[in-house]
Amino acid sequence: MSTTPALAAVGISKSFRAVQALKDVSIELHHGRVTALLGDNGAGKSTMVKCLAGIYQPDAGSIFVEGTEHRINSSRHARELGIETVHQALSVIDPLDVAENLFLNREKTRGGWLGERIGLLDKRRMREECAATLSGLDIRIPSLRRSVGSLSGGQRQAVAIGRAVAWGQKIVLLDEPAAALGVEQTQRVLDLIANMRDQGVAVLLITHNMDRVLAVCDQAIVLYQGRKCAEVDVPDVTKDDLVSFITGARGTG
Amino acid sequence: MTRRSIQRQASTGLPSPVEAWIDRYRHDGGLRRFVVYFAFALILATFSIILHDDGFLSSSNLLNIGRQAAPIAVMAVGMAFALAAGEIDLSVGSVVALSSLVAAEMVGNHGFLVGLLAALGASVLVGLVNGLITVKVRIPSFLVTLGMLGIISGIARNWNDLQSLPIRNDRFSGLFGAGGLGPVSSLLIWIIVVGGLGHIALHHLRWGRHVLSTGADRDAANAVGINTARVKISALVASATAAGFAGVLLAGRLSIGRHDLGEDYLLTVIAAVVIGGTNLFGGRASVIGAVTGALIMAMLNNGLILMGLEVADQRIARGVIIILAVALSMREAKES
Repeated sequence: MSTTPALAAVGISKSFRAVQALKDVSIELHHGRVTALLGDNGAGKSTMVKCLAGIYQPDAGSIFVEGTEHRINSSRHARELGIETVHQALSVIDPLDVAENLFLNREKTRGGWLGERIGLLDKRRMREECAATLSGLDIRIPSLRRSVGSLSGGQRQAVAIGRAVAWGQKIVLLDEPAAALGVEQTQRVLDLIANMRDQGVAVLLITHNMDRVLAVCDQAIVLYQGRKCAEVDVPDVTKDDLVSFITGARGTG
Repeated sequence: MTRRSIQRQASTGLPSPVEAWIDRYRHDGGLRRFVVYFAFALILATFSIILHDDGFLSSSNLLNIGRQAAPIAVMAVGMAFALAAGEIDLSVGSVVALSSLVAAEMVGNHGFLVGLLAALGASVLVGLVNGLITVKVRIPSFLVTLGMLGIISGIARNWNDLQSLPIRNDRFSGLFGAGGLGPVSSLLIWIIVVGGLGHIALHHLRWGRHVLSTGADRDAANAVGINTARVKISALVASATAAGFAGVLLAGRLSIGRHDLGEDYLLTVIAAVVIGGTNLFGGRASVIGAVTGALIMAMLNNGLILMGLEVADQRIARGVIIILAVALSMREAKES
């Protein structure tokens, strides 16, 4: 890949009091490629995602989006730059319904200029667009009017992923997106990822499941105790290789 | 729901409104959100029967209940926003007094409009200070607003040495309490106006949705880029402003500003809001429920008086009702 990376993080470090969670980590995400971010618990994967998503500010290092450096100082800023994130904690609002969650903080308004100023919601339009979006992604939810809190774990996750996919035109960060899912739904998430990749989205996938890495990822970056210990092309490695990187038995640098 | 209807939804995406309603009713505790209206009807029916001879159902008594409910209802609408955002405003009672005094001070020399705006402006200021301290200094709002309650009620007491300030402005009194449209008291109209505005703001404006999101899960709301600090501040401003308007309504009805107006409204307001289906811990709120809750509280108050209960016993009854309502709200929060 010689083109400008969709997202490049260079020399990212982040400490929490005495604990250094990330030490000089650099990663690149490319359009149309899926990058796995691997590592044991506490290796710094989620911290990295939160730095890219604007939730944490790194202590050192730079982040480039499409070649331009940005200091991503809020999750709103990240979204404006085209970075969508599905966090481990999902970030769906339980009392709101499916459509309300999909359009959260991106509400459609009606009533022209004044409606936009006061934020008069166009509920019908949001519901219709939500239905179209979800069915386009082949995500099935029994009712869009039901509160997300009353849905099953897998359905909640599908809503969170659907939101990221629907809005993430450029860069999508997925932190353990299939953690609570059954076999069939996991497959559907993998299909969604492949779909995004084919449309040119740069995807970062955090997972503990090596089969998923081999199935859908082009490239893998492994963190060990806050440092990048390996960066490999997935076709070149085996499952055992990845596991030995993760446990720190081996590293490429 | 049958398999066929699920498939149909998958193909069209949108279920019919009736199907959607039934589905929500089944899965989102649809019945429970109507409890307050059943309670309203039940209490109304009960008092109509047992207090029939005391004139409970007479039009003058019902009008009286509506008038007494007005300041509580207006405050309850504001409090619903504070609770929805995951905060609480304990300073509302003192804001009522402050607002009545500011109005009384200004109406005499500058007319009713300046009086109204000054009273509301002072209340907005209190709400802003509440909100800024809560969010920026990160002190729980119950402590901030409890402190503010002390400060404002102290200011109100000093204002005119515990004496009431008279309001001699027919326009002000007529508009905000004493007058009305034909037989309908202006206070009832204000309940509908404030309740309607609150309902629209909560359910049809972006702001209301962000208030609910912030109260339900602040981290999740932050993660989608909602400025939850600003949302919380605005919710506390809303509750103080509503309290200020309640102060205007009391000042209008009584034609005075006084340091102890609204003094013991706090518990009644919280009870009204919680009975109305608003979650005490944020994320779920109902403005119409809060107004209905206020009517219930006024009805209970009126009924207890007609039954001949002493003031002390009324307080005990109110306390019991509040604890019951909160207990119900807690159970609901755990279940969802």
